[in-house]
Amino acid sequence: MSKVTSMRDAVAALVHDGDVVAIEGFTHLICFAAGHEIIRQRKRDLTLARLTPDLIYDQMVAAGTARKLVFSWLGNPGVGGLHAIRRRIENADPAPLELEEYSHFGMVGRYTAGASNLPFFPLRSYFETDLPNANPLIRPIKSPYGDETVYAVPPLRPDVTVVHAQRADAAGDTQMWGLLGCQKEAAFAAERLIVVVEELVDESVVRADPNRTVIPGLIVDAVVVEPFGAHPSYVQGAYDRDNDFYRDWDGIARDATTTQAWLEEWVYGVSGRAEYVDKLGTEKVAALRPSGEAPSGSVDYGVYK
Amino acid sequence: MTGPGPGEVAGTRAAAGDGGLGSARAAFSKSEMMIVAAARELAGQHVCFVGVGLPNIAVNLARLTVAPTLELVYESGAFGSKPARLPLSIGDPTIVTGATAVVSMFELFSFYLQGGLVDVGFLGAAQIDRFGNINSTVIGDYEHPKTRLPGSGGACEIAINARQVFVIMRQSKRSFVDRIDFRTSPGNLGGAEAADRIRREEGWLGSGPSVVVTDLGIYHFDETGEMRLDSIHPGATIEQIRDTIGWEPRVAEPLAVTPEPTLEELRLIREQLDPEGAYTK
Repeated sequence: MSKVTSMRDAVAALVHDGDVVAIEGFTHLICFAAGHEIIRQRKRDLTLARLTPDLIYDQMVAAGTARKLVFSWLGNPGVGGLHAIRRRIENADPAPLELEEYSHFGMVGRYTAGASNLPFFPLRSYFETDLPNANPLIRPIKSPYGDETVYAVPPLRPDVTVVHAQRADAAGDTQMWGLLGCQKEAAFAAERLIVVVEELVDESVVRADPNRTVIPGLIVDAVVVEPFGAHPSYVQGAYDRDNDFYRDWDGIARDATTTQAWLEEWVYGVSGRAEYVDKLGTEKVAALRPSGEAPSGSVDYGVYK
Repeated sequence: MTGPGPGEVAGTRAAAGDGGLGSARAAFSKSEMMIVAAARELAGQHVCFVGVGLPNIAVNLARLTVAPTLELVYESGAFGSKPARLPLSIGDPTIVTGATAVVSMFELFSFYLQGGLVDVGFLGAAQIDRFGNINSTVIGDYEHPKTRLPGSGGACEIAINARQVFVIMRQSKRSFVDRIDFRTSPGNLGGAEAADRIRREEGWLGSGPSVVVTDLGIYHFDETGEMRLDSIHPGATIEQIRDTIGWEPRVAEPLAVTPEPTLEELRLIREQLDPEGAYTK
C-alpha cells in the first residue's frame, strides 16, 4: 500500500498543536522542508526535540511554533549562536522558552530507551557536573550488580518524528547513507513517523541492498518526495551543505525584523519546497552538487534456492 | 610558586625577535602558533575525538605531520576520516567520503567512546578554571543567563570517557577564570587528590585534562592537578600571560620557549587546512 503523500497533507494530518516533534539529522539530512511546512500551517505550542536545534529550530522558534526545546547543543556549527532562540532565553523576547537540556549521549540514550520500550537509559556521563542540577530528570542510579553508580536519562517518545533520507519505496522502506545521526532511534521511538526522501524508488531497489535499509515501512505513516528538501543542510551524494547560508543566517537572525522578513520571503511567501528550490535558482542548486562521484562499489548477496 | 626572572623573559623576547621575520622563516600569527603547538602535542596518539573549529585544524595538521597514523573520530559518527577540505561543521560530507567507518551516534558514544577506544578528546570552552574544569553552557545564572552558550554536546561524556583531554582556547580574563559559572565538563575538580579518588570510585575511563594550549603558551597539569605554564610561545611575555588569566599562574622553572612553526607546518595550514584564514587570521 502506498503511503506517498504531499508535505502539506502529511503535516496537516500528523502534526498537531502541542505535540513533541523531532526533526532529527546530525548536520546531515535535516528536513527543513518539513519545518517550513509546520511554520506555514502555524502549528503552535510544540515541544521541539533535537540534539542540535540548528537553524531549523531557530526558524521554527522565531515563527512562534514552539514553547519548549529539548536539546544537547545549541548553536550554529562553526559559525556561532542561534540568535532567535537566544532572544527567547536571555530576554524572554518575545516570550520565554522552556528548556530541557542533556548531552549528546544523553539525547541518543533517550531516543534509544524510547525506541526499545525501556524506562530509562544508563550512561557513564554527567559525573561531577552541573547538568543534573540544571535538569533534575538526569538522575544517578546504582547498578543492581555491584556498587557502581551511573546516570539515567528518561525515554523520549516524540509524538512525531521527521526523517529525511536519500530514498524510500512507496511503502516507506527507507535507505540512507552518510552520517546517520540518531535518525533510526528517533524514528523507532516515535508515535507517528514522516519519511521525506530525495527519490522514490521501486521496492526492488530496496530489496537489492537490504543492509542499507535503516527504517522499515512497518513504522512509517507517510512518505513525502521532496527533492532538495534538506537544504541548507545536505544529502550525501546529492548536494552539499550550504555553508554560505549558515553564515548568512548569523546576520539575518541577529535582528527580529530581518528574521521575520526572511520567514515572509522564504517560508510564508512560497507554497512549498518546489517553489523554494525555484527561488534558489538553478545556479545555486548546481553549485551545491558534489564536485565528483565516489560510488560505493557493490557487494554480492548471492542467490540461495 | 615562582615565575621566570627578568632575564628569561628577555630571552623569550630575543627568541621572538630572531624568529619573527628572519630570512629563512615566515612570520606567523598567534592562532597559527596555537594550532601548531596543539598539533605537536598529539605526537604518539592513536585515536582522537575531534571538535569543530580550532581542534579540527590542529588534529588534521597532526595527521599530516607528527601523527600520521592518527585516527580521527567525529561525534557525528565518522571514524578514520580523511577530510579533503576543512569542514566548517563536524558533520560535513567530506568527513564521510573515504572514511574507514560511518556509524550511528549510538555506536559512536557507546562502543567507541564509552567503550574506551578514544585516546584523546579535544575540547574548546568558553571558561576554564585552574583545575581544567570547563564551562560551555552559560555565562551567569543557568535560569537567567547573561549569555546562553551551546551547552555540552558531547563534551561532558568526552571529558569523562576519553583517556585524556586536550583543550585549545585563546587566553583572556573572561575565559581563564577563578570560578567557572557552570561545570559542563569535569576536569581535576578541586584538585588532583580528590579528582583521582572520584574517578576511581565512579569508574571513569579518563584521567582528565592533560594539556591546555593557548595563543600564548602551553600548560600541563602538575601533581596537585593545577595548570602550569610549561612553555611560552615566541613573542609572548609573562606579563601578557598574567594579564589574561584570572588567577596567579604557576610557571615551570626553567620555562621553555615553544619552537616556532616550521615553513612546512605553515604551508599546510595556509594552503591546505585553512586557505581562507577563517580560524588563523
